[in-house]
Amino acid sequence: MGDWIVVPILLPAVMAALIVLAVRHDIILQRVFSITATVALVAVSLWLVIFANGHAPEMYALGDWPAPFGIVLVLDRLSAMMVLLTSLLGLGVVLFASSEWDQRGKHFHALLQFQLMGVNGAFLTGDVFNLFVFFEVLLIASYGLMLHGAGADRLKAGMQYVVINLTGSTLFLIGVGMIYSVTGTLNMADLAIQVPNVASGDAALLRAGALILLLVFCVKAALVPVHFWLPGTYANAPAPVAALFAIMTKVGAYSVLRVYSLAFGDLAGDMAWLAEPYILPAALITLVLGMTGVLAAKRLNSLIAFSVIGSMGTLLIAIGLFTPEAISAGLYYLLHSTFSAAALFLIADLVVSRRGEFGDSLHTAPRFHQSGFLAVLFFVGAIGMAGMPPLSGFVGKLQIMDAARDSDAMVWIWSIILVTSLMCIIGFGRAGSVLFWKSSSVDGEITVQGAKWPVLPIIASCGMVGALVALTVFAGPISEYLQGAAMQLFEPSQYIEAVLGENALSLVGQ
Amino acid sequence: MEFLVASSIGLLTTCGTYLLLRGRTFPVVVGLAMLSYAVNVFLFAMGRLTINMPPILREGVTEYTDPLPQALVLTAIVISFGMTALIVVLSIRAYLEIGNDHVDGRPVGAPSEAGDKN
Repeated sequence: MGDWIVVPILLPAVMAALIVLAVRHDIILQRVFSITATVALVAVSLWLVIFANGHAPEMYALGDWPAPFGIVLVLDRLSAMMVLLTSLLGLGVVLFASSEWDQRGKHFHALLQFQLMGVNGAFLTGDVFNLFVFFEVLLIASYGLMLHGAGADRLKAGMQYVVINLTGSTLFLIGVGMIYSVTGTLNMADLAIQVPNVASGDAALLRAGALILLLVFCVKAALVPVHFWLPGTYANAPAPVAALFAIMTKVGAYSVLRVYSLAFGDLAGDMAWLAEPYILPAALITLVLGMTGVLAAKRLNSLIAFSVIGSMGTLLIAIGLFTPEAISAGLYYLLHSTFSAAALFLIADLVVSRRGEFGDSLHTAPRFHQSGFLAVLFFVGAIGMAGMPPLSGFVGKLQIMDAARDSDAMVWIWSIILVTSLMCIIGFGRAGSVLFWKSSSVDGEITVQGAKWPVLPIIASCGMVGALVALTVFAGPISEYLQGAAMQLFEPSQYIEAVLGENALSLVGQ
Repeated sequence: MEFLVASSIGLLTTCGTYLLLRGRTFPVVVGLAMLSYAVNVFLFAMGRLTINMPPILREGVTEYTDPLPQALVLTAIVISFGMTALIVVLSIRAYLEIGNDHVDGRPVGAPSEAGDKN
């Protein structure tokens, strides 16, 4: 079984190289390779989820070097679920891009596969430095994807995106260096054992390193006050890339969850739950700021980008509570917010491409082709993002609020989530009525060449919306799985024993 | 030696941070390069500073230098070198496309574009 853990990293890596080397001149072959690879990836990750559901965490030692000296990949319920989420999202994006977007620049499919490799690697790795390396892999691919098709606005936003992420990588290395200097290890399971053993004189250094690392993860998760890169990047990225980037913020959230529940969680002694005081307030402000941005946005794409910030706020509220109930609720919301953000970006692109010169500005314009059909899709996506019944956003927010019942900050959490949901409804309602309803007050019709019924993009956007529906319908079994995932996070002994062997825990506190 | 290494890391970081906050792309690129040098030296020092020691541990060898930070630095150097190349090309391309070399795409004091491209 263990060997399968490396497949979600190897498969896209090999495919990306193959696409770049063998079929770079033939767009049809590129599409076939890329779609086949992603379908296979979905199948493998589905199998990993089923396996992880029935077993304790499992470890794969790269190059067969024994942990903690070599690099390990670890499969538990959380990482299996994140890999499945990535591959499903990747499938939607690759289908959407395969009709036209991938011809606006070079090497779209190769970059996309490298991106999937980086994201899957970040989810599976059990080593902090290896996490840095996979962060770099996914970032390097994302720079290429972000600039796909170029254009002045995109280059400007891309430049800012690259600079902020390079600075983030610098901070990551500083944090990793500080942690290594006092613990002598970078294996996450080994860190969990070493952290309580750190001499009290070195504790300040370790704490500083861990908090610098937290800051880096928060940059990735677009948490206030380090969220400034997100609106410009997402609003100016090509639509399928913006949809794929919905998983990038989740990589940050995942890293917070993994590192601060394992290495700085229950076992960490003085350093236990190190991240707890910082995440929750920042997440509440993030939620308010994101949804205020939704009200203020003048372009459709920046409206959606701000709603992504808001949904990251909601997600990190749940993570910031650091209780099993809240985390399983947060993970459900994570699945939901990824799909709904991706769905909205894809639908927005269908709308924008039909509005001709009006583009994504929120001004009244004449009717355009298929506006009725797209209006239905848009409103379903918006209902999902705003968290209204009957879709999964409602279930997710309800679970988070239920989990916050015992928290000291319960009043704040409830009131902010409820008020911002209203703001989100107003923002999306207004945008939708400007785009779809008020157009009947303007004479004429916008006709754009080539905008008939693009099959693949419509399948992809319907698929993303369908994922929201499926999340709602199967909320029971999915929540059950997620509760199991949260329980595994709160019993790090399973993870540590999987990596370091049965007797590893006896070393704690010596 | 500790004083020399520590102060040079500090100096590089200070200059790097200052340049990073400038408004034009060239100082920003140089600032990023300085920061990455500072980080490389910092990572190197995290294995403790020792002189003339082999980076291997085997029987009979009691004094050695930690080999892991050296491996980490190697990875970090490769990545930061590649990234510097990328951002140089990117800033040239942005300069050619936008027409100026300001990070936010417009000269200081110029009015923001109508329609507010947030």
